Amino acid sequence: MKNKYSVFSLIKNAFSYHENWEKAWKDPEPKKEYDAVIVGGGGHGLATAYYLAKKHNMKNIAVVEKGWIGGGNTGRNTTIIRSNYLWDASAGLYDHALKIWEGLSQELNYNVMFSQRGVMNLAHNLQDVRDLKRRTHANRLNGIDAVYLNTEEVKKFCPIINTSQDIRYPVLGGTLQRRAGTARHDAVAWGYARGADEMGVDIIQNCEVKGIKRNGDMVEGIETTKGFIKTKKIGVVAAGHSSVIANMAGLKLPLESKPLQALVSEPVKPIIDTVVMSNAVHAYVSQSDKGELVIGAGTDDYVSYSQKGSHDIVEGTLNAILELYPIFSRMRMLRQWGGIVDICPDASPIISKTSIKGLYFNCGWGTGGFKATPGSGDLFAHTIANDEPHKLNAAFNINRFVSGDLVDEHGAAAVAH
Amino acid sequence: MFLINCPFCGEREQSEFKAGGEAHIVRPKQPTELSDDEWAEYLFMRKNIKGVQFERWNHVHGCRKWFNMVRDTSNDQIKAVYKMGEKPPVE
Repeated sequence: MKNKYSVFSLIKNAFSYHENWEKAWKDPEPKKEYDAVIVGGGGHGLATAYYLAKKHNMKNIAVVEKGWIGGGNTGRNTTIIRSNYLWDASAGLYDHALKIWEGLSQELNYNVMFSQRGVMNLAHNLQDVRDLKRRTHANRLNGIDAVYLNTEEVKKFCPIINTSQDIRYPVLGGTLQRRAGTARHDAVAWGYARGADEMGVDIIQNCEVKGIKRNGDMVEGIETTKGFIKTKKIGVVAAGHSSVIANMAGLKLPLESKPLQALVSEPVKPIIDTVVMSNAVHAYVSQSDKGELVIGAGTDDYVSYSQKGSHDIVEGTLNAILELYPIFSRMRMLRQWGGIVDICPDASPIISKTSIKGLYFNCGWGTGGFKATPGSGDLFAHTIANDEPHKLNAAFNINRFVSGDLVDEHGAAAVAH
Repeated sequence: MFLINCPFCGEREQSEFKAGGEAHIVRPKQPTELSDDEWAEYLFMRKNIKGVQFERWNHVHGCRKWFNMVRDTSNDQIKAVYKMGEKPPVE
């Protein structure tokens, strides 16, 4: 049993100069066989393992990660959490996640710094206004909090926005989801890792999957850089590398992997206390607790696994940021990075069984996976444990690309791709 | 960001071009005969290779012509560029 993090443990450890904190998770070598193996130690993968152990009593499981946990897109995203998606299926999926976020720090005994500071989506033309009003109504019918704001209300909610009607893409209004916000992305991976480890899950880092062994249409195990691991159930949560793993099993997915970039500025005093996103001009910004502006850029339009994007994408985003927030014109950017996102043709994820028995995929989150981390893990765990989807992820099966029953969320994805 | 040698215009910045996805996916000759699975394969399923991939590009801010490219997607190095209709280079 792990020591509980509390003010008392903090004081106790202060007496030993914080040198005796126990490890948050072990660093085991893989066993010969597991009941299930999760491929990918990001937030979604670790959450999947956590809920498999917690809700489905599967303790003999492992998470294999080719790098270090949380070193991929979990540590590269802009930490935005919201659930204001258009369609009923998406509303169910993303709001399920948001409800878990609201109690996650307590559940994990790990401060994920979830902050419901609100997310505002701006409208810059009449079609945006119509779309966002429609989405607001759809959200409210699904029990998701959403309000439509006119230009004055936008200005009141976030005073540094330039609402002059003389700019190239003037602000005509926006939507606001007050329950939305941000969380600390690293803490989410670490909290789930600690929780899963406590229940006996092996978290195996620096262990890359090299092949999937099949016996007919059933899986038998995975070849890794740390040897063969026998298992009857493989849950793949490999984000940008999902197609690479699928190819090992002889499957093709409807995905394209593209670089998505983000950047942060030098830290400054509090200036923006919410998250503002603009789909049309592609600018979105929030401020971290350290004081850095966190800015998300768009995806490149070509397939790449290089984890770096093109400069012109960053330039376009910063142009838009400067027009909307002239106050940032002298800010210096500190760091810029890219992550590889796996984009589905309908901008909705896949949480599904496959034609191969025992092989499950949780992928296609594209540019917006972080917000869904807890819900995605919970529903994927359910799908793996029962070999059947939960009703909330039934619509996100891989067969929708055959049946044509797509969940088109390009409008709500808020990142152009 | 990288430079692309347009077969019609010569070397230009990648930002002048639009990527058109995987190349050599042939439009079905008899669309009415296709099953749902075959439509899904044609419309949605992609190889999405990490490594050397054949793809289509369009010089949208230049000659506006389509052409093919062989590119290593793991490091964005371009191996070859060839015109539409030409045989893809073998290695």
